[in-house]
Amino acid sequence: MLSIRNLSVGVDGKTILRSLNLEVRAGEVHAVMGPNGSGKSTLAQALAGHPAYTVTGGEVTYLGRDLLAMPPEERARAGLFLAFQYPIEIAGVSNAAFLKAAINEMRAARGQEELDAMEMLELLEKKLALVDMDRSFLSRPVNEGFSGGEKKRNEILQMAVLEPKLAILDETDSGLDIDALKIVAQGVNRLRRPDNAIILVTHYQRILNYVEPDRVHVLFDGRIVKSAGKELALELERKGYDWIKEQPAPVQPAA
Amino acid sequence: MSTAIAGTNRYLAEFERLERRSSTRTPAWLAELRRAAMERFVERGFPTTRDEDWRYTNLATLAATPFRAIDSVASSPVSREAVPRPFGPNAAPRLVFLDGRYAREHSSAQSLPGGARLSSLAEAISHDDEQFLERHLAKHARWDDNVFAALSTALLEDGVLLHVPAETVIEAPIELVLLTTRPGVMTQPRLLVVAGPHSRFTVVERYVGLTDQAYFVNAVSEIAVGPGASVDHYVVQEQGASAFHMATIHADLERDSAFSTCTATFGARLARTTLGVRFGGEGGRASLAGLYVTDGRQHVDHHVTVDHAVPRCSSRQLYKGVLDGSARAVFDGRVIVRPNAQKTDAAQTNKHLLLSDGVEVDSKPRLEIFADDVKCTHGAAEGQLAPEAIFYLRSRGLNERAARRLLTLGFVREVVDRIAVEPIRGYLDRALETRLGTDSKEMR
Repeated sequence: MLSIRNLSVGVDGKTILRSLNLEVRAGEVHAVMGPNGSGKSTLAQALAGHPAYTVTGGEVTYLGRDLLAMPPEERARAGLFLAFQYPIEIAGVSNAAFLKAAINEMRAARGQEELDAMEMLELLEKKLALVDMDRSFLSRPVNEGFSGGEKKRNEILQMAVLEPKLAILDETDSGLDIDALKIVAQGVNRLRRPDNAIILVTHYQRILNYVEPDRVHVLFDGRIVKSAGKELALELERKGYDWIKEQPAPVQPAA
Repeated sequence: MSTAIAGTNRYLAEFERLERRSSTRTPAWLAELRRAAMERFVERGFPTTRDEDWRYTNLATLAATPFRAIDSVASSPVSREAVPRPFGPNAAPRLVFLDGRYAREHSSAQSLPGGARLSSLAEAISHDDEQFLERHLAKHARWDDNVFAALSTALLEDGVLLHVPAETVIEAPIELVLLTTRPGVMTQPRLLVVAGPHSRFTVVERYVGLTDQAYFVNAVSEIAVGPGASVDHYVVQEQGASAFHMATIHADLERDSAFSTCTATFGARLARTTLGVRFGGEGGRASLAGLYVTDGRQHVDHHVTVDHAVPRCSSRQLYKGVLDGSARAVFDGRVIVRPNAQKTDAAQTNKHLLLSDGVEVDSKPRLEIFADDVKCTHGAAEGQLAPEAIFYLRSRGLNERAARRLLTLGFVREVVDRIAVEPIRGYLDRALETRLGTDSKEMR
């Protein structure tokens, strides 16, 4: 589904990702872990197409397409979704208007007709229940005045509504209490299907108690320095990241 | 004063024409009022940019362009379809003016509750209780201090009288449609609103132009809000692209009254609103708002003066403008708190969204506070759309143009959301979507 080869990315002239390789197949859940500053968010933002992140080398193939050649909205319409680490507040635009615009863009991309007001409301109410949000969330401006937990749940709501093929969650678990964490985990698990894939970018092992990953990768200094099964997350939890830093960076072959 | 621009002669000729035409029907007090106002206009002339109140708004083109008044309504017939449909239900009270003349056939001035009176000013002048008109007409908008109010008063012939007696509540918004049908026309729309004690109603002025060539509308609205009364006033300005729209709005608020006004500006080449609010009794509340969406070479100017002359009144100002192309916006918000006006609560906000590099904004708050126990705040901000917000929307499938449009609508929503009257709010929603989104689909 997603094939990242020798990806190098810089921001403001500074290199962050250095020749990174990652292979994600349909049906898989990957956890990308690493200390602060290792390049986790850069990876997430670059995959979503943030214009501030400059790709300086490598290639990314997504569902057989050259992902890096696609503008952000094309990536979204092709089923790629990024749950933001810091969701943006948008004054004056209600959550309902925002979701409606996004849903109709997705439907148009798939050649489907726009939903009418009743169908839209029905869909939104169903999805709201999944993230334990009430209807008042729809009339509030996007993320404005939302608590940290509400913002993260709003990202999961958008994910549930847009039903992506590849979801990238950028530290969605950070700063959540246990109830909110469970809601986020449930949202991810619902998306887990043989034809979908999920990348969980996280600093902590905690969410992996609820979402079991197929692969765990450690990102350090812009490279994936270690990849293993779910047991690696527990090892990181126990030992921290320092032992990783002391290991020599392996030269990774393209997968 | 040496700051005047030449160009008053044409208006003097217009005045003389009016005097000849109406001499037999004009009461003496009105003839005298017109003459005094004309003298004042000629003496002052059009202000130049050396005048502090007109520093950023150049009237040279307006002063140099010849405009003429229309003598009779018969000369400007329009079809029913050309007159904008009402905001609310068809049965709502409505007066329509074509090129400054009352058009009875397009109006529906059916009886209002509680003996309220809605009529053309010309009719009121010829039949009415003169003492009532004399007491209010040209007594609120000060023509000695404002040349456009002076010009309006000098050429005063028709307009709207709305008098709502004490305790009378009118639910349906009263709609006034002021339509300009052809190039070169000059009109002096005049609105006199007198709200009796504890009355409550809504009045809407709509300005529409059927021509994209130049014309001149000089509107003056005087609103007297009686004790405990509540008046909501709206202006929806959709003039033609080359129009000059000069508006003077003045409200006098008596004890415990409430007044709100909101001007939505879409049209005109040059639009100026001079708004004055004066608190004459304690406990008054005023909410003043404006939204303007401009592009091309449009120039939009708001000058607001709130005079807290008495204690315990509150005023709120919220003005938001979206500027594109090489548009220019001027905002001057003056709040005067007189020495005895303790417990004044005044707030002012003026924000601009700049969508192009070619736009220019001059925003100036002026707080003149002479009392010590008051709460006065003001804030102004200019900014562009946040790149992070654009990316956020694009990451959800919206193209850049659609993202910018949604964010721009969000910027003005704060003003629209304050509008309590659903049909007006709905109309502005649609007008904004059209204005900001005409080409939003082409890049999908």
